[in-house]
Amino acid sequence: MSITVKIPTQLREAAGGAAQVQAEGATVGEALESVFAEHGELRDRLYLDGDLRRFVNVYIGGEDIRFLDGLQTAVPAGGELTILPAVAGG
Amino acid sequence: MAATQLRCRECTTEYPLEARYVCSRCFGPLEVSYEHEPVSDVGSLRRRIQGGPQNIWRYHDFLPLAGGQPQTRTGLPAGCTPLIRADRLAERLGLGEVWVKNDAHNPTHSFKDRVVSVAATRARELGFDTLACASTGNLANSVAAHGAALGMDSYVLIPADLEEQKQLATAIYGTNLVKVRGNYDDVNRLCTELSGDRENWAFVNINMRPYYAEGSKTVAFEIAEQLGWELPDRCVVPIASGSLYTKIAKGFSEWIDIGLIDGEIPTMNGAQATGCSPVATAYAQGKDACRPVKPDTIAKSLAIGNPADGPYALDLARSTGGSIDDVSDQEIRDAIRLLAETTGIFTETAGGVTTAVLAKLAARGDIGADERVVLVITGDGLKTLDAVRDSFHAYEVDATIDSFEAAFAEQGVSV
Repeated sequence: MSITVKIPTQLREAAGGAAQVQAEGATVGEALESVFAEHGELRDRLYLDGDLRRFVNVYIGGEDIRFLDGLQTAVPAGGELTILPAVAGG
Repeated sequence: MAATQLRCRECTTEYPLEARYVCSRCFGPLEVSYEHEPVSDVGSLRRRIQGGPQNIWRYHDFLPLAGGQPQTRTGLPAGCTPLIRADRLAERLGLGEVWVKNDAHNPTHSFKDRVVSVAATRARELGFDTLACASTGNLANSVAAHGAALGMDSYVLIPADLEEQKQLATAIYGTNLVKVRGNYDDVNRLCTELSGDRENWAFVNINMRPYYAEGSKTVAFEIAEQLGWELPDRCVVPIASGSLYTKIAKGFSEWIDIGLIDGEIPTMNGAQATGCSPVATAYAQGKDACRPVKPDTIAKSLAIGNPADGPYALDLARSTGGSIDDVSDQEIRDAIRLLAETTGIFTETAGGVTTAVLAKLAARGDIGADERVVLVITGDGLKTLDAVRDSFHAYEVDATIDSFEAAFAEQGVSV
């Protein structure tokens, strides 16, 4: 069963207009790689020097992956990843 | 207006002045940039500001509003709060010159009225009719009140365990109060998602954030004006997201750049509660970005575990020779009392954090005897009464002189 990745409005243009896309992989990093394979432009938007940019937040089940194992965090089959800008609030 | 565009702080990509807060290339935060005319006659500009309304709209030249000075006798104008010389506090701390900028003197009793006034006014210019926010409490009060004053619908999202006083002082304005089961960072995540779907809502601290943040510059403008167009040597400011802290410096910097005031940006000291100190921790570790934390502190208005402006707050502390310190919940309670006993100002827990950090800097010998220090007090003690409950003794007596005297005698106090 594939993983659902929710795309924020700011990135939808680079994802063919989709609000969510399907991904494959055992970890957050692998799931994102499978998204990049389909939508190459997203890589530079989200990554810098092979890691998430500092103003990009990725959540799994509502939890920030930086509280878990970062890009190595395991994703269950049927899981949902949410990508959001980090600069909100305050 | 002098504001020209939104510019990404990370990659400098520019965008028009619309409801947009994040760079679509790199996800960096967008900030308003300005092109100010060089000031040919400083005295004339100062007099024009001094002749303006007794609220933040006297500084409208430096705010991102297309319509110039808003109607100043409508809405809920913020600002022009007292700057009080606090000699008794200075004496207790062994310092020379301390001033308290008391922003509890705003319409809803916190500095948030400044930022919401700017965001709400800009939101109306851009055609929005609904305000919304993710709040730790003070913002909730202010957004609900501004919605009422301006005749806009509002949706206010808060952590469900927020202080009761802050909930009551929000709901009374007739807003849609939404208590989210989670902490502030959960509320913020939900609002960030919602803001993508509700394009007709102006989330003051999300899609309106670049305009909102500019409102904090008015704290700096007022301090400089109230000190007779001079700069303080040092400011002590609380840090939640880091927006207020960095924008106060931006305010000073803009006025220095156009020649309205002379000098350098003050030494900027940031204040956090130990139970939510991602920026202080990154500062102590010499890092340039913050690792998010799960907040656990009585200073709920500062309980942001994932601070949006953390990297810029770290840069500012280092570039001005300041620091970012944290204090325990007990130090916060003690400092609320210290400020109250020496100045007559009763602040909420965030002000306790700021005052406790001032005391810490003084004890550490960081502050020179000849320094002029401004302590920025952001909110009112009546909003966080639990922090001081049971921390003092009251005399309960019958309505007789005998009972009155006996009550004091019991405590060993002669009256």
